[in-house]
Amino acid sequence: MNLETILFYLLSLMTLFSAGKVITSRNPVHAALYLVLAFFSTAGIWMLLEAEFLALTLVLVYVGAVMVLFLFVVMMLDINFEQLRQGFWRWFPFAAVLGAILAVEMIEVLGNAQLPAATAQAAPHAANYSNTKELGRLIYTDYVYVFELAAVLLLVAMVAAIALTLRHRQGTKKQDQSEQVRVRRNDRVRLVKIAASGKVAATEIKQG
Amino acid sequence: MNSLTNYIKSFTLWELLKGMALTGRYMFRRSITVHFPEEKTPQSYRFRGLHAQRRYPNGEERCIGCKLCEAVCPALAIKIETEERDDGTRRTTRYDIDLVKCIFCGFCEEACPVDAIVETRIYEYHGESRHELYYTKEMLLAVGDKYEAQIAKDRAADAKFR
Amino acid sequence: MEAQVLQILQFIFDQFGAWNAVWGIIQPAWPVIWTLLKIVAIVAPIMIGVAYLTLAERKILAWMQVRIGPNRVGYWGVLQPLADGVKLLFKELIVPIRANKYLFAFAPVLVLAPALAAWAVVPFENGMVLANVNAGLLFILAMTSLGVYGVIIAGWASNSKYAFLGALRSAAQMVSYELPMGFALVCVLMAAQSMNLTDIVNGQQGNAGFLNWYLIPLFPMFVIYLISGVAETNRAPFDLAEGESEIVAGFHVEYSGMGFALFFLGEYANMILIAGLTSLFFLGGWLNPFHGLGIIGAYTDMIPGMLWLLSKMVFILFLFLWFRATFPRYRYDQLMRLGWKILIPFTLLWVIVVAAWMQTPYWVWSSVQG
Repeated sequence: MNLETILFYLLSLMTLFSAGKVITSRNPVHAALYLVLAFFSTAGIWMLLEAEFLALTLVLVYVGAVMVLFLFVVMMLDINFEQLRQGFWRWFPFAAVLGAILAVEMIEVLGNAQLPAATAQAAPHAANYSNTKELGRLIYTDYVYVFELAAVLLLVAMVAAIALTLRHRQGTKKQDQSEQVRVRRNDRVRLVKIAASGKVAATEIKQG
Repeated sequence: MNSLTNYIKSFTLWELLKGMALTGRYMFRRSITVHFPEEKTPQSYRFRGLHAQRRYPNGEERCIGCKLCEAVCPALAIKIETEERDDGTRRTTRYDIDLVKCIFCGFCEEACPVDAIVETRIYEYHGESRHELYYTKEMLLAVGDKYEAQIAKDRAADAKFR
Repeated sequence: MEAQVLQILQFIFDQFGAWNAVWGIIQPAWPVIWTLLKIVAIVAPIMIGVAYLTLAERKILAWMQVRIGPNRVGYWGVLQPLADGVKLLFKELIVPIRANKYLFAFAPVLVLAPALAAWAVVPFENGMVLANVNAGLLFILAMTSLGVYGVIIAGWASNSKYAFLGALRSAAQMVSYELPMGFALVCVLMAAQSMNLTDIVNGQQGNAGFLNWYLIPLFPMFVIYLISGVAETNRAPFDLAEGESEIVAGFHVEYSGMGFALFFLGEYANMILIAGLTSLFFLGGWLNPFHGLGIIGAYTDMIPGMLWLLSKMVFILFLFLWFRATFPRYRYDQLMRLGWKILIPFTLLWVIVVAAWMQTPYWVWSSVQG
């Protein structure tokens, strides 16, 4: 039992525990935070597999950006738990069938995969082996079309999401910052020389 | 043309650099801070600090209980009660100033026909409760007795402007 | 380094004739102990740096405002950070009613911890690094992106609408400015062709001194990295999180005592981190700026590299304080406009410019290693 094995079991336990908590927590914010923890420990496991690029990207993208936005939304929700629990048993058979199908599929896929024996050690890499470089080479040569397709899909989804939710409301007091930034002093301020009283003409108004 | 120069200016951060040059220059200026307990700024003889009640040279208190100061006080900080003394003069039995209420406007001093209530140059006094900042007649007289020399000098200096 | 430390330890314990016994106990755990020692050697100076950065900030701000700053606690105010720390330690910890106690206590830690964890991959000199990770740059980006959780959790766990709104504001700000920061670093890693921080610095080596630094070809990125670094650490003029002259505070209104202090430790540790990273990515890290420039280069080469890194960090930190003394605070919508409409398009453009530039023979900053 070396350090790596201990770490693996520790991280796996953490992942399973937090993944379980994600669906059992009553408080949605807690669930979201447990999901963050699950991502984090998964990243740890990937790190053990020497997939440091993927692990760090998982932390950077999912933990650092996606889950923050999730939390934004979840924290602002005002959820009525009583209402949420209504109809649980009504929909249960449907959900159970769906879950069972999913489980069978996963067992099929994982059972038929040609996994190397667990005891076999992966060949050690050369000292200058860079996981990032290898991944980049694969993505941009062998799988470039698939990768680009995925990117385009994301772009389309993004544009669609904005197009669907964008609405120009009338009557808001929205500021146009670009216009505000462009304003110069001379557009708004006019310094005028005015005689201070009937006799004395103010000629010495300094223009600052 | 104008918008072009503005564009170039904003992308070269010209105005930000100008601002930073200004603060950078100021960094090497001599600081003008007054090291308070060791150094003090010069005071005017009209400085309005802690209140005091004055006496005549013969030891008689000046206040005649006319209540003009109480009437003029905008913060309602003064409370006066009067009584006739054995010699037939009217004197205060109670003259309280609540320093928590007082706004140090100096109206009481101006209203006083006998220069009894004055404001001194003292500003370093404190109290650890509101109660301690409630100055009674005895306390005000004590302040006046202690600083009479300074008070008299300040009144004399200001006399020609009154 | 390791051998020398062991020798010193052996010398000390030999005085009591106990070296063999002690070594017998600690030998199995020595790698862990050694790593812990290294962590302490990195974190302790950072914490001292944080403490004295607060003093430096107050002093420099004071000078720029023609004041003198703290000068009562110790000569020239040198004990002021200590006094502040002791004061905050003895303050009462107030937990708001119906606040989530665990998350409330955990949030300040979550602000400070990533700021310190990122130092794991920061090299101080060639080979002097806790973990020489290949994807070091990515690790740093990941760590700095975690700081936002402390902010969000602090705001939410306080059970206060002010703290919550403040948390949303600063979290949105931090997430927005991570993007230009990341894109600026993309340019750096394109130029260096590596994500290892040691390699990035070594890629800036050359015989033209500071002209070899990425500061020269990537100057706009340097400026943008600095700007988003200031925004990322919630410093003036992007300090809407704190906004001391407009609002009481943002996400940390409900914190007192040491919890409050931890937020500020985190802020200043982040500042030092950003300063360190800026000098590594753009200012050649521990490299001598005059290397190879005639007689000056020959003499200044004798100065140890860590001192160069330190002086560059001090310069960047001074810039942070200078900004604070100079610029008025952004309005929130202006802040978002700057981040999304100016910095991000500009960085994207510059990524393309650099990529095209690197294909031409005019790119002379190619790194040595393949």
